[in-house]
Amino acid sequence: MADKQPKKIQKPRTPMPTQAPEARVGNFDEVALGYTEADARAEAARCLQCKKPFCVKGCPVEVPIRDFIGHLQKGDVEAAYRTIKGTNSLPAVCGRVCPQETQCEGACILGKKGQPVAIGRLERYVADTYAAMSACDEITGKPECTPVNPELRVACVGSGPASLTVAGYLSARGVKVVVFEALHEVGGVLVYGIPEFRLPKTRVVAREVNALKEQEVELRTNWVGGKTFTIQELLDQGFQAVFIGVGAGLPRFLGVPGENLIGVFSANEYLTRVNLGRAYDFPNYDTPIIQGRHVAVIGGGNVAMDAARTALRLGAEKVSIVYRRTRDEMPARLEELEHAVEEGVELQCLCGPLSFNGDERGFLTSMTLQRMCLGEPDASGRCRPVCIEGDTCEIECDLAVVAVGSGPNPVLIQATPDLALNKWGYIQADAETGETSMPNVFAGGDIVTGSATVISAMGAGRRAAKEIARRLLGEAAAD
Amino acid sequence: MPNTILKKEQLIPGQTSKLVIDAPHIAAKARPGNFVILRMDEHGERIPLTIADTDPDAGTITIVYLVLGKSTALLESLGQGDEILDVCGPLGRATDIHKIGTVICVGGGTGIAAMHHIAKGHHRAGNHVVAVIGARSKDLLLFYDELKSFCPEVLVSTDDGSFGHKGLVTDLVAARLEEDKSVAEVVAVGPVPMMEAVARTTKPFGVKTTVSLNSIMVDGIGMCGACRVTVGGETKFACVDGPEFDGQLVDFTELRQRLCAFKPQEAISYKEYHERHGR
Repeated sequence: MADKQPKKIQKPRTPMPTQAPEARVGNFDEVALGYTEADARAEAARCLQCKKPFCVKGCPVEVPIRDFIGHLQKGDVEAAYRTIKGTNSLPAVCGRVCPQETQCEGACILGKKGQPVAIGRLERYVADTYAAMSACDEITGKPECTPVNPELRVACVGSGPASLTVAGYLSARGVKVVVFEALHEVGGVLVYGIPEFRLPKTRVVAREVNALKEQEVELRTNWVGGKTFTIQELLDQGFQAVFIGVGAGLPRFLGVPGENLIGVFSANEYLTRVNLGRAYDFPNYDTPIIQGRHVAVIGGGNVAMDAARTALRLGAEKVSIVYRRTRDEMPARLEELEHAVEEGVELQCLCGPLSFNGDERGFLTSMTLQRMCLGEPDASGRCRPVCIEGDTCEIECDLAVVAVGSGPNPVLIQATPDLALNKWGYIQADAETGETSMPNVFAGGDIVTGSATVISAMGAGRRAAKEIARRLLGEAAAD
Repeated sequence: MPNTILKKEQLIPGQTSKLVIDAPHIAAKARPGNFVILRMDEHGERIPLTIADTDPDAGTITIVYLVLGKSTALLESLGQGDEILDVCGPLGRATDIHKIGTVICVGGGTGIAAMHHIAKGHHRAGNHVVAVIGARSKDLLLFYDELKSFCPEVLVSTDDGSFGHKGLVTDLVAARLEEDKSVAEVVAVGPVPMMEAVARTTKPFGVKTTVSLNSIMVDGIGMCGACRVTVGGETKFACVDGPEFDGQLVDFTELRQRLCAFKPQEAISYKEYHERHGR
């Protein structure tokens, strides 16, 4: 190890100011309020400025973390912003939703003996504080972009983090990008999936989308890949490259009896109604939602946490997370899990649903659960849950949300027989370039990897965008 | 990109209208059996409506709706020249249409409009289309003339006997199947009880029976599963696996129940709409 271990006792991490749990369960406003300037300075000062920064290796898009924090130590927010923007087009998003504890912060040297630098919070501080001078500045951190050349045309299918990254990267280099989104709003999972209290739609997502518009990116909503148009038609219309970033998008269910009772939702439906449809503001908005008095959420990931915390905010008396393993194995981002527990979400660990039970009108009334214990580690390295024969229990619930992941959505894939798929049914794409079995058609994000993170989708978008830039503009353009 | 209403025709005043909407990219792709998702304004919800007709040359699609709640009331408040904020499609699998001989197309209520598009598809494929349509009374009957223009047989039933057979469409279907054993397929589009009754009627004849389901949907592209329906013991998504399924295999009881999932919220929404508009 090249860096000397610090002798002095490190200061603890600067806490993130948050809305108090009892207040925030009554609203959909953002929970984490963001660092003040003093907080950011204090936290930045904890960074050791390692010669070999492990944190950077821990970041899927290799943000020059040490360097941006170095700028913050000097109070130069603008330089910090430009440093981040060099590799990460959506820092305000990533600072909020990345699982930093398994990425940059997980690799931070301070974490070996104490608490790692709060890199995500600093990233968010920089993105929220710096007021971009222009759309290009917003997208790339460069003051001026290359004017858009209408002859160079690239289509992005889907408008989530992967496609937004491709659109930002290429439009800043003078490529005309058209984004096709199936839903009525641009942003993909950032809009329909992640709740307002974790990622404000107007302040954060819309800002990025508006910058793309200014950069002459054309955003077409209500265009469904595989239905309204096909990939081949885009190529035939003269798009020199197509990027497919449609997300995984097919909810998995458990396949247990009673799953079609009224009150059993996929997490996708539950969150889409609330986030995209703004059902939390019903009847001011028309999309309805079932409120639920006793709510059970099945799953232990971020989506499960989002659903559970949403149910609390919609007025549920009791919300339980039902998970087959224990709290330690939950794949959710640590902060989300902590926030959920602080807000009063109960964890019903080592339990799996055996059936959903309902009344004669088809409404959910309870769930029968199988108790489990932990067995040997499985292929994922996590201990396998094992049923305890005969040990079952019943919990009362009038709303259940199934948040056990998703599979590949069939709509685009079925309409594009030339796309080779992997054995899980996701699109096969080159690891370096993202190119699919169709020449000049690229893919990235969850439709290639299965459900993963915003940042890994952005990383895939960036790799594909670089390759597209190389082909359309030459090697020099792909920096 | 909002879509303009080029023509509005009230079929049943205050209840059912026909809209011809400017949507060239959808018209070019839409096939019988497809549907669109509409959203009327920035606060609106997404609702699925089956495409009743298309004119790819004019770049238009036709939809017909029954005013049932706030969203359809909002739609009804629009007129020629007005815009619908979001029109998304064509969605769902198209009807499986081949040259198979005689096809009985059954329509009830607003479903007659959707059935019309399917009947037209079968007619164009060279099938002998027998249209069977029903309504409570003569003045509530839709698309009679349109169907008459290409179907060699149009059989009508009304509950009150004001036109055609007094009784139900299933009486006509049963009679037609009795007299003609060569019928290759029966297609039914309409209210759930009607589709269920048609499936029950055709069962003893062993004729293929296709029904088009009007499940509750959100995205309409397979992302949420709001529209799930049990078919032959398996869960299917009406939006991407359907909306048409084998009528003998559909769990109609579950479908009927699931259509009631948001009844209280729908009532609140509609009441609030009426209060705001003083009606």
